[in-house]
Amino acid sequence: MKIRALMLAAALAGLGVTAVTAADEPQVVRQQAMKKVGAATGALAGIAKGEKPYDAEVVKASLTTISETMKTFPSHFPAGSETGHETEASPKIWENMDDFKAKAAKLDTDAATVLAQLPADQAAVGTALGGIGKDCGSCHESYRLKKD
Amino acid sequence: MGRRTRKLISGLVVLGVVGGAALWWLTKPAPRSASHWEGLGEPDLANGEQVFWAGGCVSCHAKPGAEGDARLVLSGGAPLKSPFGTFHAPNISPDETAGIGGWTLAEFGNAMTRGVGRNGEHLYPSFPYGSYARMTAKDVNDLWGFMKTLPKSAEVAPPHDLPFPYNMRMALGGWKLLFLTDKPRVRVDGSDPKLTRGQYLVEGPGHCGECHTPRNALGGFEPDQWLAGAPNPEGKGRIPNITPGSKSIGSWSASDIASYLETGFTPEFDSVGGSMVEVQKNMAKLTPAEREAIAAYLKAVPAL
Repeated sequence: MKIRALMLAAALAGLGVTAVTAADEPQVVRQQAMKKVGAATGALAGIAKGEKPYDAEVVKASLTTISETMKTFPSHFPAGSETGHETEASPKIWENMDDFKAKAAKLDTDAATVLAQLPADQAAVGTALGGIGKDCGSCHESYRLKKD
Repeated sequence: MGRRTRKLISGLVVLGVVGGAALWWLTKPAPRSASHWEGLGEPDLANGEQVFWAGGCVSCHAKPGAEGDARLVLSGGAPLKSPFGTFHAPNISPDETAGIGGWTLAEFGNAMTRGVGRNGEHLYPSFPYGSYARMTAKDVNDLWGFMKTLPKSAEVAPPHDLPFPYNMRMALGGWKLLFLTDKPRVRVDGSDPKLTRGQYLVEGPGHCGECHTPRNALGGFEPDQWLAGAPNPEGKGRIPNITPGSKSIGSWSASDIASYLETGFTPEFDSVGGSMVEVQKNMAKLTPAEREAIAAYLKAVPAL
């Protein structure tokens, strides 16, 4: 009985430890970064589709998020983070790190370029989103592996 | 040698010859009758272009890495890895020598729908004629007309790199006997034109099942696993399940699916990836009605 309780306590403590450290693991950090970019893209798409009214502040914030996130994104792929935490990162990232970094930099630059001449209406947001979407796809084409 | 043994041997020989002849007859290349490709008239080039994008020809036959209009130069060469070896897509530009510009409509149509090459040989099902077999003669004629308007390329693609026994084309007759069919893969409500259109696009020109359906050791589709997802032939990862039972896209609405095919964004604003990037670029060129038909069909197939 006592042993069982002890084991349970140890298991719970173990869980707690995992939960605390998991958030700092690069696999998790980069997944969160992608979610942030996804949310920003979603905000732009809502405007492009006319589901949300045009809002210059939202457009500005979304583009800034995408650009800023991309500046540090490739640094979350250190050696040793190739697997674990259900990563969908392809091993090709580590084989072609320069190209991977270049693709992140391109999205950063493209988002910053759009930001500098802020799209002024729904149609312009749509056009901008088309370009950004291509950047997403061109990187995911080579460097992301779907599990299912 | 006793009389009985002799009789047995000669019986076996006869059986062998008859069996061999039957096997040869059953597995020989079988083009369609000439009349199937006659009387189709002038091709409708606008429809041919739609068929071209639905069929995804550029995904394999464009030069690897080509962008923009260069993707319309179908010089071939892209490698397609499989458990049977590496296939190289051939040049299908209208060049008369390196490409297929010298072919007749019947030759093109028999390659597309029967997997029979210009010299009467079996083609490998890496070229998805197992799906294209469902295409109408009109669509093939329109597609052929459109493809002849594309730029010519004199480049010759490398040959397939296949180990024995997969380098034996004759054996492909056996594959066809077992697996080649133009019957529907699943049953859908035939009174709904949107569903039947979606079925045609997905099971026929779109050839979605070629990657999204698991295969047995002989390279045929596993029964009752239509679109249930499969290992990625390129190595790690998986080609996702795209039935309503899918963990990832089962919860998507029909309009989510249509929107993904148009923009490349999932409902969570993740983006298209892997070999689907090329496919989505093609799907984006279809009409909204075509994408909606595909989506309706994918919501109607059995959930796996």
